[in-house]
Amino acid sequence: MLLTNLEGVPGRRVIEHLGLVQGSTVRAKHLGRDIVAGIKNVFGGELKAYTELLQESREEAVQRMVAQAEALSANAVLNIRFSTSSIAQGAAELFAYGTAVRLDDVS
Amino acid sequence: MTDILVVCVLLALGFGFGTLAERRHYRSIRRREEVLRPMMVFSAKFPPEPERRRESRLVCGSVVISVDYFKAFVAGLRSLVGGRVTSYEGLLDRARREAILRMKEDARDLAPCKIFNVKLETVSISKSGGNALGTVEVLAYGTVVAD
Repeated sequence: MLLTNLEGVPGRRVIEHLGLVQGSTVRAKHLGRDIVAGIKNVFGGELKAYTELLQESREEAVQRMVAQAEALSANAVLNIRFSTSSIAQGAAELFAYGTAVRLDDVS
Repeated sequence: MTDILVVCVLLALGFGFGTLAERRHYRSIRRREEVLRPMMVFSAKFPPEPERRRESRLVCGSVVISVDYFKAFVAGLRSLVGGRVTSYEGLLDRARREAILRMKEDARDLAPCKIFNVKLETVSISKSGGNALGTVEVLAYGTVVAD
């Protein structure tokens, strides 16, 4: 599965558009990490635990999007966008969407 | 009385460690930017030579970074009179540059390469709820196209 946020892939041609595919996940921070974050708010600096948490969640959102694309028998997702929104205190939704297509080589 | 003392200790800790952390971070950012300078980053949507087949894929880099107590305090004072909040400007600048660096590091296995259609997204994930900035996440993503 080829993932890109361009509108096309160099050297390849779109032979079929299969529509929008999306994946999302809602994650809550856990208490231990929250306490560490509270301490970090005094000293400043990177919150590695949060960076990892959000990265993992984003990967999961992408995987769900890819699963949808595979179900449509696509071989690429074009024009991928990410969006993050905090929907409640301590919980965030990570959302990924794009266009599933079937690509062919340029002959 | 003890409250004031606690606040003073927090301010001193924030000032000391925060300044140290910021300086160290800027040093590391500058060093890594120098190393990754040959990898160019564009916000253009269409890479040149669309006909030639090359390796390409999505790359991301993200960072969650927080201000220290002293900077948050200064920003709070600043909001009384308005104007530039330098402490938050520094925070966002560091976060964006760090996110772009991580995106470039993610793309390194395709080097020599260029990254197109770079998008930057900034989200405030402050836990205190109020309108204080506190903690931000910056995500940089784009498509790496091998040369």
